[in-house]
Amino acid sequence: MPTFVRTDKCDGCKGQDRTACMYICPHDLMKLDKDGSETGHAMRAFNQEPEQCWECYSCVKICPQNAIECRAYADIVPMGGSVQPLRGTDSIMWTIKFRNGKMKRFKFPIRTTAEGSIDPYAGKPAADMSKIAEPGSFTMDSLPGNREELIRL
Amino acid sequence: MAEGTFGSPEVVEEEVDILLIGGGMACCGAAYEAMHYIEASGADISIKMVDKAAVDRSGAVAQGLSAINTYIGGEQDPADYARMVSNDLMGITRDDLAYDVGRHVDDSVYLFEEWGLPIWKQPGDEGKSLKEGGMPVRSGKWQIMINGESYKWIVAEAAKKAMGSERIQERVFIVKLINDKNDPSRIAGAIGFSTRDHKVYVYKFKACLLAAGGCVNIFRPRSVGEGTGRAWYPVWNSGSTYSMAAEAGAELTMMENRFVPARFKDGYGPVGAWFLLFKAQATNAFGEVYMQKNKELLNDYPPYGQAAVPASCLRNHLMMKEMKEGRGPIYMDTPTALQKLAETMTPKEIKHLEAEAWEDFLDMCIGQAGVWAGENIEPEKTPSELMPTEPYLLGSHSGCCGIWVSGPTDVGAPESWSWGYRSMTTIKGLFTAGDGVGASGHKFSSGSHAEGRICARSMVKYVMDNKDLAPEFDTPVSELVEEIYTPVRTFLEHKDYSTAIDVNPNYITPRMLQFRLQKIMDEYVAGVATLYQTNEKMLEVAEHKLGMLKEDAKKMRAKDLHELLRAWENYHRILTAEAHMKHIQFREESRYPGFYYRMDKNFVDEENWKCFVNSTYDKKTQEWKCFKVEHVDIVDKTQLMKK
Ligand SMILES: Cc1cc2nc3c(=O)[nH]c(=O)nc-3n(C[C@H](O)[C@H](O)[C@H](O)COP(=O)(O)OP(=O)(O)OC[C@H]3O[C@@H](n4cnc5c(N)ncnc54)[C@H](O)[C@@H]3O)c2cc1C
Ligand code: SF4
Ligand code: SF4
Repeated sequence: MPTFVRTDKCDGCKGQDRTACMYICPHDLMKLDKDGSETGHAMRAFNQEPEQCWECYSCVKICPQNAIECRAYADIVPMGGSVQPLRGTDSIMWTIKFRNGKMKRFKFPIRTTAEGSIDPYAGKPAADMSKIAEPGSFTMDSLPGNREELIRL
Repeated sequence: MAEGTFGSPEVVEEEVDILLIGGGMACCGAAYEAMHYIEASGADISIKMVDKAAVDRSGAVAQGLSAINTYIGGEQDPADYARMVSNDLMGITRDDLAYDVGRHVDDSVYLFEEWGLPIWKQPGDEGKSLKEGGMPVRSGKWQIMINGESYKWIVAEAAKKAMGSERIQERVFIVKLINDKNDPSRIAGAIGFSTRDHKVYVYKFKACLLAAGGCVNIFRPRSVGEGTGRAWYPVWNSGSTYSMAAEAGAELTMMENRFVPARFKDGYGPVGAWFLLFKAQATNAFGEVYMQKNKELLNDYPPYGQAAVPASCLRNHLMMKEMKEGRGPIYMDTPTALQKLAETMTPKEIKHLEAEAWEDFLDMCIGQAGVWAGENIEPEKTPSELMPTEPYLLGSHSGCCGIWVSGPTDVGAPESWSWGYRSMTTIKGLFTAGDGVGASGHKFSSGSHAEGRICARSMVKYVMDNKDLAPEFDTPVSELVEEIYTPVRTFLEHKDYSTAIDVNPNYITPRMLQFRLQKIMDEYVAGVATLYQTNEKMLEVAEHKLGMLKEDAKKMRAKDLHELLRAWENYHRILTAEAHMKHIQFREESRYPGFYYRMDKNFVDEENWKCFVNSTYDKKTQEWKCFKVEHVDIVDKTQLMKK
């Protein structure tokens, strides 16, 4: 399902250096057409290689204007359906429209902590350098495993 | 130096102690662990992470996941896990590596939960964390269910907080590792280019974690038009791990192994929850359950067929019989499964179950939801087709190709399996984790993170032990820059020769080169075109054609930085494909029936081939050398058998 960008919604991320969709696409597909020479739409983003899109929806979820949608692969899927998310800070809402017009809506939690709140080493003991070459890690109390299972010891 | 242009990039040289190549699960785990040990060491150790994409959504977990597939839990032992891994991969895995992941993995899962990943709990345990003994919802013996849309985002946030943004360089594609001038079996650096600016980045280092994922798109995918991007494996992992390690001289292992997942047709949505959580069955077109109907076929493959859960490839093998004999399509019988569950459930519970089924797709394979929406498929009414995909190469999911690494010393493994630093390859200073480590597999997201952490400690120790090491490059930087930018120069030199930019006798577009690679692999190296069958003669043809393809790869063009990225991704793919072909050629049996068949050796030969196949590549002569390495069990495997 390659992504497409709606001309009526995209604002080119207000002319910032890097657009949100370019920043996030893991496959380097989203591109800003600064002067309109590639698409006829200046300051709008587009998917430069739709047949390489994994439909991971990373760009769809991050676009501040909700300007990106997916259209199922023309060579595989009958027309008319759509799957569109709205990602908030703690949950995501999905709207699924079937070809026959039926709709389904789902809402799922995405995280239990505030975005940006992770404090990676809070409450953790300092790493013990004398144990650096031993199995285990600084957050682990003890190693699991019945040593008798190891038949060559 | 002046700012770079398309034809002549700026060269940025940096020296660090440790470089992390990739920003996926393994490197994020390494970042977390390394920073804490660096801090504790009091030493001035510099570290950097480079990723071709944005760490927030890079690698195989970009889209999210609906389950953590490796969580041992109090009820099971790491030895049970090592046994399962071994059997699913037809007996040839490194128990020491699997066991080591098994005894570390739960700690990473605890961290994920602490950082904010929602993990499903049994009724009554909702508020209780796993660490406090909360019981998870298992969708299988080893899997636990999560609300994982933001899984990668969360893991990346922890890694980024630990590292600090100044230590992370995104949108740099690493092309090559550089060996040490004074010791060719030592690593000294890496070189890559920015896909945003006209810059080449050269890193000199003492140690490096190469964890750039597995490999997709070396075989012609089943989807060929606008849907080409819909492979099961994420289209952006292009074999960089295996090819760069091979060129640096590191020993590879089990590159003959591949993964051919059976998934919902066209969208490749996950089937695990349907099988394990909803107890659905797969049938042929006539409603016959092939796992029952064809179960005698399992007797051809003792002992792996006789285990309580037969190996993944054998399950494909039983399905393939139905396809070959014309009883397709194959279906997942979702209506019967949901009806059965409805017998004991309230309508509210059913509604909840339906949401869970959809979430399984929406968390990790949204494209499948798109296929169902477009085809008006409602699982309670219509069964869905299943199909085995094209082959992928990976080392952390249900596959075990990768690099030969040094294992733990305290589990009874042969001495030759460890040569110093845990997770180091046979090249000094070069480490790997996740999809990079061969002969283990079934680590998945959590195990890859845990393995990255194990690796980080080892790298910090290596750097401290080798304080005075002064790495020197065996090749001048200017020569390497020239090589990396060759596709650009080729384009600029020849672009005006013809009127059509893509058709020009002086160059080949990366896209066409990829098609050629995929055609060769598909038709001769057991792709979907031959229903995963090959033989010695077909492999010979493939060898010849791949040789010419490799020569032509030097004539790839790049009309912009995006195409330069595609060019080098495809170069990595070719080497990975070549390794795969060479290993299949060398192993004179069919170790993974259902994943591939060598029709001239269509059997499993326990006597002669219950061994690892390892290989090395000589980048100067461009020759591969394959050889056998003895296999040893370190946990008892007879416990897997049906009682
Ligand atoms: C379709 C699919 C479904 C899965 N489902 C589950 C599941 O339900 N549960 C589960 O636990 N696990 C699941 N897994 C497994 C899990 O995703 C992997 O085991 C894990 O991501 C491997 O970690 P890694 O770090 O080795 O690779 P990745 O996480 O893939 O990271 C690779 C990184 O390398 C970068 N990179 C690649 N090439 C280069 C280069 N040349 N230069 C610089 N950077 C580069 C990429 O951008 C990426 O950041 C699934 C995997 C797949 C493919
Ligand atoms: S993120 Fe959205 S608004 Fe910004 S450039 Fe991309 S499509 Fe346009
Ligand atoms: S859906 Fe994913 S692969 Fe496709 S353009 Fe968006 S971010 Fe890129």
